[in-house]
Amino acid sequence: MSLGSIFDIAGSGMTAQSLRLNTTASNIANAETASSSTGETYRARKPVFSAIQQSMMNPGQGGFPMAADEGPGAGVRVEGIVESDAELQMRYEPHHPAANEDGYVYYPNVNVVEEMADMMSSSRSFQMNVDVMNTAKSMMQRILTLGQQ
Amino acid sequence: MAITFDSALGIHQHAVEARVKRAEVLANNLANADTPGFKARDLDFQAMMQKAQEQVSGFQMAKTHDAHMDTSPSASESDLMYRVPHQPSVDGNTVDAQQEQTRFMRNAMDFQASFQFLNSKFSGLTKALKGE
Repeated sequence: MSLGSIFDIAGSGMTAQSLRLNTTASNIANAETASSSTGETYRARKPVFSAIQQSMMNPGQGGFPMAADEGPGAGVRVEGIVESDAELQMRYEPHHPAANEDGYVYYPNVNVVEEMADMMSSSRSFQMNVDVMNTAKSMMQRILTLGQQ
Repeated sequence: MAITFDSALGIHQHAVEARVKRAEVLANNLANADTPGFKARDLDFQAMMQKAQEQVSGFQMAKTHDAHMDTSPSASESDLMYRVPHQPSVDGNTVDAQQEQTRFMRNAMDFQASFQFLNSKFSGLTKALKGE
């Protein structure tokens, strides 16, 4: 029975989506964190997703490794978190405590509108994975009642 | 006549198994709904059932030497095919979340139907054994 692996797949999806939500929260929280140099300024963070292939976990039956496209797959994995290299916002605020000698401060390259849209997308995707897990659970419970009167 | 589960349960055990496999593939599609470059896949249920039918009816290639290739239906996963997307996406992902979710739900319902058939096979066997 491979019903158990649905839990792993949906679980990996939920982990990935909650991590994405986490980076969104961090980006929105730091959207107005100004600093005096480009090196210290917060940059928008984005997770990178990639699909896990089952053949990487158990390399095929019968000895020879399956092609990468074979096998139903085993969920999603976060490869890492990258910082956006979009241009930082430079604002002229000479009275800001972090202003440099020319009177400029640097604001993060976080696009709040984009982050909000990303937040909605990840929360929907999370919800979808929860639904999948619930359905798999009821399928499994049904299998357990097999042969009962 | 020997009673074996294979002949008593017929095609339904294979149907339940195929439904579970399909649920796994669809769950994987849904988990990768936001993965760039991921291609949605699905199982050809009809082809799977056809193979299972051949297995049940017992017409298979004989394997008389170690070097013979395994032609049994479980040996290949070739029923796994890529879905043709309805609309293009910028990141190369072909998962349509709504479509996949609908298919997943439908598959769960079909699973329930197959399960019901399988279960009634069992209750039939029990009735026969009790002689009521």
